[in-house]
Amino acid sequence: MSHQMDKVEIGNSIAVNTIVNDFSITVGTMNGSGSQTSNLTVLRALFKMGIPVSGKNLFPSNIQGLPTWYTIRVSKDGYLARREEHEIVVAMNPDSFQQDLREVTPNGSFYYADHIRADIMRDDISIYPMPVKKIVRDSGAPPKLRDYVANMVYVGVLAQSLGIELEKIYQALEYHFKGKSKPIELNYGVVQAAAAWAEENLEKSDPYKLEPMTATENFIMADGNTAGALGSVYGGVHFVSWYPITPASSLAESLGYFLPLLRKDPVEEGKNTFAVVQAEDELAAIGMAVGAGWSGLRALTSTSGPGISLMAEYAGLAYFAEVPLVLWDVQRAGPSTGLPTRTAQGDLTFTYNLGHGDTQQIIMLPGTVNECFEFGWRAFDIAERLQTPVFVLSDLDLGMNQWMTPPFEYPEEPLDRGKVLWEEDLEKLEGKWARYLDIDGDSVPYRTVPGNRHPKAAYFSRGTGHTNEARYSEDSGVWVELLARLKEKHNTARSLMPESIIQDLDGSEIGVIGYGSTEPAIREARDQLAAKGILIDSLRVRSLPFTRDVREFISRHRVNYIVEMNRDGQLKQLLLIDNPDLSNRIISLAYFDGLPMTARYVREAILAAEEERDE
Amino acid sequence: MNNQTIKTNSRVQVNIAGLSKADYRGNPTTLCQGCGHNSIASQIVAACYELDIVPEDIVKFSGIGCSSKSPTYFLTRSFGFNGLHGRMPSLATGALFADHNLKGIGISGDGDTASIGMGQFKHAVRRNLRLVYIVENNGVYGLTKGQFSATAEAGLTLKSQGTNPYMPVDIAWEALVGHATFVARSFAGDPKQVKALIKAALSHDGIAVLDIISPCVTFNNQDTATHSYAWGKEHEVALHELSYVPPVEEIMVDYELGENVEVTMHDGSLVVLQKLEREYDPTNRAEAIRVLEEANACNCLITGLIYIDTDQKSLDEIYNLPETPLNRLSQERIRPPRETIKTVNDMMF
Repeated sequence: MSHQMDKVEIGNSIAVNTIVNDFSITVGTMNGSGSQTSNLTVLRALFKMGIPVSGKNLFPSNIQGLPTWYTIRVSKDGYLARREEHEIVVAMNPDSFQQDLREVTPNGSFYYADHIRADIMRDDISIYPMPVKKIVRDSGAPPKLRDYVANMVYVGVLAQSLGIELEKIYQALEYHFKGKSKPIELNYGVVQAAAAWAEENLEKSDPYKLEPMTATENFIMADGNTAGALGSVYGGVHFVSWYPITPASSLAESLGYFLPLLRKDPVEEGKNTFAVVQAEDELAAIGMAVGAGWSGLRALTSTSGPGISLMAEYAGLAYFAEVPLVLWDVQRAGPSTGLPTRTAQGDLTFTYNLGHGDTQQIIMLPGTVNECFEFGWRAFDIAERLQTPVFVLSDLDLGMNQWMTPPFEYPEEPLDRGKVLWEEDLEKLEGKWARYLDIDGDSVPYRTVPGNRHPKAAYFSRGTGHTNEARYSEDSGVWVELLARLKEKHNTARSLMPESIIQDLDGSEIGVIGYGSTEPAIREARDQLAAKGILIDSLRVRSLPFTRDVREFISRHRVNYIVEMNRDGQLKQLLLIDNPDLSNRIISLAYFDGLPMTARYVREAILAAEEERDE
Repeated sequence: MNNQTIKTNSRVQVNIAGLSKADYRGNPTTLCQGCGHNSIASQIVAACYELDIVPEDIVKFSGIGCSSKSPTYFLTRSFGFNGLHGRMPSLATGALFADHNLKGIGISGDGDTASIGMGQFKHAVRRNLRLVYIVENNGVYGLTKGQFSATAEAGLTLKSQGTNPYMPVDIAWEALVGHATFVARSFAGDPKQVKALIKAALSHDGIAVLDIISPCVTFNNQDTATHSYAWGKEHEVALHELSYVPPVEEIMVDYELGENVEVTMHDGSLVVLQKLEREYDPTNRAEAIRVLEEANACNCLITGLIYIDTDQKSLDEIYNLPETPLNRLSQERIRPPRETIKTVNDMMF
């Protein structure tokens, strides 16, 4: 049957039981229409109501005019992964209208802007046309600004229909507009008008309701890029060089915002203890960071896959010349330009061996926003301790979406500046030292940095073969010794890197191994499978080289499912290289559609694999 | 300048820094005998010695190629980094933020700068990085055995390469249009001028681009090639006789009043440009561009200080950095105090 546009009709198979705080709201808009403000407002208001909530922005690589979606999940049980089911859909964009309509789950509800003229061929859902233009006009918004605030209509309608407290919406707007009363009042006016319209006209026929909880009291909302930037600020970053790229730009931009606030020199007041340079490209960005790291600064550059490709040459030099620096790779879907606004974990093997010849890099894998903060400062300690680049691999979902997370914690460990010799150290050594000589037996030599005025301080760094005294050498023996030491240094790293997060259930023989932003999907899938009687232990890898607990975990499970967001099972490949004797216990469950991992995928993939095994 | 007290043999001549010329030398060169680059390395040694610069106050950078090997042939007591092909400027940019008392000397070649490194070269120029950027320009790739570089003149014929069909890149011109604050051209066969220009460049607070024609005796030294010794000697037209007067010295150069241009450098030193055949004002950018165009037209090697602007801020001056070098800041100065974490958390939603 077909619905007319101008009257509310209600489907005839609506469930009557109320569903509270356990559903998804997906909003389809046109990008560039200001929908981000509305979506974040809903998300933040729900968070302020104490309801566990997550938001995923599924956006195109475009500035204005293409369809974009935002999915908000509320979960009284605290599950924050993306869901594939959309119980509540808001359609504001004519171009995606039919698709949006199709995706509403049976018994779901569909809110749409009533100026969109289209047939509605569903009778299993609740349908709510919203007179968006009329409400905006009636709200008193000035004609010139009406287009920008039109999306606030669904905020107000949802508030009334689902039970979002208006006061919380006001708080969200205050935060969003940094207390500027004009835009706050303008947007809030539309929300109020829309809520009032809904109260009078919307006849609710769906089961979805929101009720306040107290589950977010000890949490903040933040994204991983902001967290990574702040962690770096507390890690004492001196030098940042970067080149704009989605989805990494906001990390460097956050540094540009927070460094002036937090890093004015307490001694020489008003002076900056940092410098940020926007480079001409990624080749220069990493070159600057290598120069800065070499001369004793805590140097950072941030990019995404295409930038990593360009950085390969300097990354190899930094590995070989033993220069500390931190590189954030906020991953997106590749190869090539790929899906620039979609998430992925496809740079793992590439960055691990970034550089030609025998190169092994150090990688940290934050899985939560809080870990982005922690690894933000810890990466510098590891880089300087090991005198090598440290890659921090985040992804678009973790980096750019808002997550509820425990507050950031002040680092309890002092900065570890590693083995650096200054003038007084060299005096004690009577100038006797060699740049690449391993005297501590950990394969990490001592270094000096430019600005050290001791006459024996200087050495010449190079990407060419060199002796322990940093002199040019093409001698085969010297070369073999040098590469062997670098390999051994990589082993030293194993004991410095963050250990895995392991969760064991009694009596489980099955393991699931993942990393990064798939954490919530894996956690939820494990709970769902446990409810079916399938017990699964989990290990979240947090670094490369693997810490020793990884092998131990694999060996005590008859099967280990490797969950990751790329086509080729890159983590699986690396696990096989390290554990060839355990290869029959390692099965890849790779997923690569560019959208954040869901519990359903993990659950169904494990069930299918288990079924196959049973046959 | 941070002077070191060093025991010296009383019979060895030392400069004001208490250092002998040996303290400025590098390892023996491994370049070809007669290579222009060796002559430039010697003039760097001489200039630093005569300026009483402590080698620890200099940091050397280079890219890849014959030219880029040469930083090992001077100032062994200075830190150095032989980086990647065409990527020396970025390396220097990051490194020089560590200690604003350091002065960078970057050595590059025409392949390293005008081909693979054109982008980084021009961006270092536009940022006014505090670097003496020397391009040892010979029109040819030496280390890979004699291919054309981007500064090779159109029509140049090289053994086993044929004839170059493309127009050359003019490094001084590129520097000038990229807003370089110090642009000079010289000739390795004119060591006196090279040394004076290096001294002036070391006193310049910002980027100093020295495009030095430095003949490759092995691959591109035929008399008709514009990067050869013979051609350079034949066609060099110096814009002026250049002398450098350190800040502490009285002006002892013998010249007639009114005949010269004097440029006061940031550190108080003077660059005196004694007039030769013509008037030339190196502070006039339009004139500098005209003179380069004229050099093309007359097929001559114009040398000297082509352009200088001492009023622009160098890169690190823009950044409002403390007196204490960034790489010497204590932990308390680079980690925000504990109480700020609450503020930060409050700033999140």
